Amino acid sequence: MTETYGARDWSSQPPLIHPDYKSTLLRGPTKKPLPLKQSLSEVTGPVHGAECVTGHDADLTRNGRRNGEPLGERIVVGGRVLGDDGRPVPNALIEIWQSNAAGRYVHGADQHDAPLDPNFFGGGRCVTDADGRYAFRTIKPGAYPWPNHHNGWRPAHIHFSLFGPSFATRLVTQIYFPGDPLLALDPIFLGVPADCRDLLVAKFSIDRTEPAFALGYDFDFVLRGRHATPMES
Amino acid sequence: MALRQTPSQTVGPYFAYGLTPRQYGYDLASIADGTMARADTGGERIRVEGRVFDGAGAVVGDAMIELWQADSLGRYAHPADPRGSNAGFTGFGRFGTGTDPQQRFVFDTIKPGRVSAGEAPYLNVIVFMRGLLAHVYTRLYFDDEAAANAADPVLSGVPAERRDTLVARRETTQTGIVYRFDIRMQGDRETVFFDV
Repeated sequence: MTETYGARDWSSQPPLIHPDYKSTLLRGPTKKPLPLKQSLSEVTGPVHGAECVTGHDADLTRNGRRNGEPLGERIVVGGRVLGDDGRPVPNALIEIWQSNAAGRYVHGADQHDAPLDPNFFGGGRCVTDADGRYAFRTIKPGAYPWPNHHNGWRPAHIHFSLFGPSFATRLVTQIYFPGDPLLALDPIFLGVPADCRDLLVAKFSIDRTEPAFALGYDFDFVLRGRHATPMES
Repeated sequence: MALRQTPSQTVGPYFAYGLTPRQYGYDLASIADGTMARADTGGERIRVEGRVFDGAGAVVGDAMIELWQADSLGRYAHPADPRGSNAGFTGFGRFGTGTDPQQRFVFDTIKPGRVSAGEAPYLNVIVFMRGLLAHVYTRLYFDDEAAANAADPVLSGVPAERRDTLVARRETTQTGIVYRFDIRMQGDRETVFFDV
């Protein structure tokens, strides 16, 4: 019997159409997704091993350097990737991208009038270890304006992309920082059901803080877990 | 279920340098792109291309499409598939719609085989974009597989009037076989998405 993965828990997910986030109005599907019994196609997925990660891929304070250190507050973000059954997810590829400390992305389409940092790229990746652990060193991203509504500002966030063991466990999300006053005003964050918003806010950790180097933040990811139910064949 | 699943958030408009850096010309290696078939990959060479449309009929130029597929013998390159797979073919592709002049996604791959006897061949598809708060799943079937498509348990379970949204059209061009497959997020011909 091949294991399948538990259902996507839509009660913890934002709706596909969330009017306060205006782009969803024309881009979110209007029809309910049709149920699909998992088959081999869903319980398999791309396999990414440690070979995907080289050099300073997981250290964004180093992987974009040209002539010095990147500007801003150095941080460490780390934790575990778990299934919702509590079991760690090893060998999970995690990709991240973020703005620099001034709130500017390297992306060519970002027209925000804040400085680029020649020593900060803002993209990186790592693979979880046997216990599902991961960690990135980076620079705390800055807030930046966006055109969704008058005087709209995105709270500081880091984009995360995770694979987990199957196509069904794919997750793309954003993590936020505690105490950010913009969280209460952000339609993307507020799209998440109220009882699940804290799940996207990292926790400051003095234990993860590296003395005289970088502040530490903990963040655990929870993907759909394994369930030993018969697979449709 | 002890733990709540981490909520999804949109991929946003600036994913390219993190997720599709090579395609967009950024200085970071990519884990995958639109070139899925290698020189030594067995099977019929095909190109899969199409566009993503929003509810107003506008082409979406900042979507990202991921494909996951079996090899030409219907086998996945994953430990849960005990049959093993076509050496060197990972079955995974990823392409952003922001580099093509027509804002298409373009994958050079091979036509997959049937994963099991009762199924038609298909590609597994995930759609991400700014304005989509959680990724959505769909499937791409092939229009030259009419008999297999009619018997496929998933496709035949889709309301008949919506099945066409999942079927790519085969064309023979000067450069080879192309399957055209557009994704419509809304509207009369809204693509069927699945709760996988």
